Amino acid sequence: MTDLSWIDVGPVADIPRQGARTLQTRTDRIAIFRTLDDQVFALLDRCPHKQGPLAQGIVHGHFVTCPLHNMVFSLETGAAQGPDDGCAGKVECRVIDGIVHIGLTDLQAGLRHAG
Amino acid sequence: MNHVTAVSRTVRPRLVVIGNGMAGMRTVEEVLSRAPEKYDITVFGAEPRVNYNRIMLSPLLSGEKSFDEIVINTPDWYRDNRIHLYSGDPVVKIDRARKVVISRSGTETGYDQLLLATGSDPIIIPVPGHKLTGVVTFRDVDDVDTMLGAAAKGGSAVVIGGGLLGLEAAVGLQSRGMDVSVLHLAGHVMERQLDPSAGYLLAQELERRGISVITEADTAEIVGTEHVTGVRLKDGRMIAADLVVMAVGIRPNGRLAAEAGLTVERGIVVDDVMTTSDPAIFAVGECVQHRGQCYGLVAPLFEMAKSLADHMAEIETSGYGGSVTSTKLKVTGVDVFSAGDFSGGGETEEIVFRDAGRGVYKRIVLEDGRIKGAVLYGDTSDGSWYFQLMKDRTDVTDLRDTLAFGQAFAGGAAGNPLDAVAALPDDAEICGCNGICKGTIVTAITEKGLTTLDEVKGHTKASASCGSCAGLVENLLAATLGGDYQAATVKPICTCTDHDHDSVRRLIIAKNLKSMPAVMQELEWKTADGCHVCRPALNYYLLAAWPDEYVDHGASRFINERVHANIQKDGTYSVVPRMWGGLTNPRELRAIADVADKFAIPTVKVTGGQRIDLLGVKKEDLPAVWADLNAAGMVSGHAYGKSLRTVKSCVGQEWCRFGTQMSMSMAVELEKMTWGSWMPHKFKMAVSGCPRNCAEATIKDFGVVATDGGWDLHVGGNGGIHVRATDLLCKVTTDDEVKEYCGAFIQLYREEARYLERTAPWIERVGLKHVQERVVDDADNRKALFDRFMRSQKNAQKDPWAERASENVDAHEFKGLPMIAAE
Repeated sequence: MTDLSWIDVGPVADIPRQGARTLQTRTDRIAIFRTLDDQVFALLDRCPHKQGPLAQGIVHGHFVTCPLHNMVFSLETGAAQGPDDGCAGKVECRVIDGIVHIGLTDLQAGLRHAG
Repeated sequence: MNHVTAVSRTVRPRLVVIGNGMAGMRTVEEVLSRAPEKYDITVFGAEPRVNYNRIMLSPLLSGEKSFDEIVINTPDWYRDNRIHLYSGDPVVKIDRARKVVISRSGTETGYDQLLLATGSDPIIIPVPGHKLTGVVTFRDVDDVDTMLGAAAKGGSAVVIGGGLLGLEAAVGLQSRGMDVSVLHLAGHVMERQLDPSAGYLLAQELERRGISVITEADTAEIVGTEHVTGVRLKDGRMIAADLVVMAVGIRPNGRLAAEAGLTVERGIVVDDVMTTSDPAIFAVGECVQHRGQCYGLVAPLFEMAKSLADHMAEIETSGYGGSVTSTKLKVTGVDVFSAGDFSGGGETEEIVFRDAGRGVYKRIVLEDGRIKGAVLYGDTSDGSWYFQLMKDRTDVTDLRDTLAFGQAFAGGAAGNPLDAVAALPDDAEICGCNGICKGTIVTAITEKGLTTLDEVKGHTKASASCGSCAGLVENLLAATLGGDYQAATVKPICTCTDHDHDSVRRLIIAKNLKSMPAVMQELEWKTADGCHVCRPALNYYLLAAWPDEYVDHGASRFINERVHANIQKDGTYSVVPRMWGGLTNPRELRAIADVADKFAIPTVKVTGGQRIDLLGVKKEDLPAVWADLNAAGMVSGHAYGKSLRTVKSCVGQEWCRFGTQMSMSMAVELEKMTWGSWMPHKFKMAVSGCPRNCAEATIKDFGVVATDGGWDLHVGGNGGIHVRATDLLCKVTTDDEVKEYCGAFIQLYREEARYLERTAPWIERVGLKHVQERVVDDADNRKALFDRFMRSQKNAQKDPWAERASENVDAHEFKGLPMIAAE
């Protein structure tokens, strides 16, 4: 992967605990999760199974359950848990001074945001 | 006084049983299983209730069980077996010369054979103040009721006696919110069952749970004027108490026998076939003294019952040879086991295993290469194996090196629980309470085609008493049936917990747990914040238990209930406005059409529940769509919720020439009353205006069908994968009755069904009769259910769409994050 462009999407507090919000890039929608222990993770907002919107799932531990068919994905790696195969796209994410930064690829980066 | 009558022939010999407890009734059961027609049986019990499992008083106190769950024999059982039961009417005199017994109410009953099963009395230390109110024993359901009454007021409790029963009482009271101290005379708790090391570990665990344990505590006086206020020790210490529980031991109850002139020493003296000094009189249970021994545990009672039943049924028997006993403490999360003589010394040698990290302690005492006793703390899974080796006097010399690691290391049996149970010999005891061996269970499973734990309980009694062997029995079922075995219905909610739905619901109330973290902490959840299976269930249970206090936890709801719309396969949503009773008007239809145009909603469909569904709405458009629908007077139709969905109706007497009642207005009234209520699963209703039933009310959760004189109320229907027609709950005449029964039925379902259990499987599980008893037969209970429903509705009937469209609730749900700056 080439160099990432880091963008600032606002404070951690804007994301509900045990919840998620989305970020629309040029090519993808990204799901940004905040867990009970206030860690922040990001995945592409589509499950590898049926493109389910992961940001709408229930967040538990460092996992999210897809709202369409209850597949569980690791927020740390994107990997499907249990008997299921597949991996949700991992997006780089870091928190600096309480502000969430997302690392976008060239394709995703630099363009206007949407809902 | 209750009297269950039964039809009987009188030519059979008359067996009279004094005592409706575990020993007496087990003997009757054993006799019936051997010689069902032999005796005309009459039972006298002192307690005004049916026979229940006394060893389950601790779970009853802690709230892990309800009284119904600890009942052994229901009134139907007595009736079916033609047993006369006089409960609440104890026998006060035995006239051996005339062969009659006389009860307190004066009833004289003749006998040919008499069975004494009078049990034991709790010992009351005669210190000053022992008769004050607030001083109780821990012996029967009335004691538990007294303790629960005291616990409801909070405050402190002192338990005198740190034996098995005292500690179970202490833990139960503590879990009910009392501040508990245990006073124990000896140097460590449970000194008859535990050595000092295990006693120390146990006391530490109790202290960790907030129970104060005072050993070498000699009670001088119970203090108080009318009601107890504290306990003074001989060393001068004073401990405050609003409740004092005396649990210092039991004494065989041989009073009646002694008055009748039978030989009574510590207990009623019996021989090996449980016959007293009068050959027409038998005795079993805690009241007897056999070969100089008195017993206070359940397993020996059951062994006595078998020997006596053989004798009474004239089956060849070697008689009762005394019991080797083992003990388990019934406290959730504390595993303690002991058996045999573990005092050590002399010719004995000891194997001791400690694992401080896991809090495990095991001590096995050997003599001549055989196990003489064992104490296990923290890991008791091998208790039954040691106990078996001990009872069989198996030479364990070859196993000695790995004995402390348990059966899994002892060659043959592997660590896998199924393999371990498969490797057990047929005579290995599975159920210690009832003395049921593996072979008996396997034979019952294969010959009678048993497939569930409950069936095995019913046929063999295995795991029917304390229940601690239920896991072993399930493993046996699995090992015997292989792939055919379907795990029992009582299963943990999910892998985050060992608790099943029913016990979580009970404990939420019993332990006064009012938030999700409190539930997870107190019930020892294994994950930090649960998962998508348990969190929605807990959220519902908390909401149902504390309608006035609990704050709904959106992050624990499935997306549909969080954003009040139905997610579709492409991530868009569907929107269904409420149409009361299926009625609409031009203004609403115009607003719906305008909304569909304005937001380019691709699909508009009429649903099966007589509503209009707008499909393909983008999530970010939802608040604006709702605002427009709200403006036309429409609210959420809850088509997405585990909640009241729709009330369908036919046009009824308002229009139909066949209609006998106003079904449309009834549907509207029911929907106005019930909308917004959260339930274990979705809930659908319908009202038909005549028996032609055009609204299809007989496949609804609650269906109302008009008749000439009133309404038929139907429940438990379902039109899903498994179509189930409703059961007729009852017939009523007035509109108000329809509403009261409806609200009461919904509330019963809300309080009792498991999360994600529709009314159809719920009713199949508990039985229609169960529902009728609570909603139809018992008017007070119906009223109470209805009132609770209406109270919870006060907080439930807020339109979630309006809150989001105009009050900004959960605004983050509907807006993406902005890209503020790039580095």
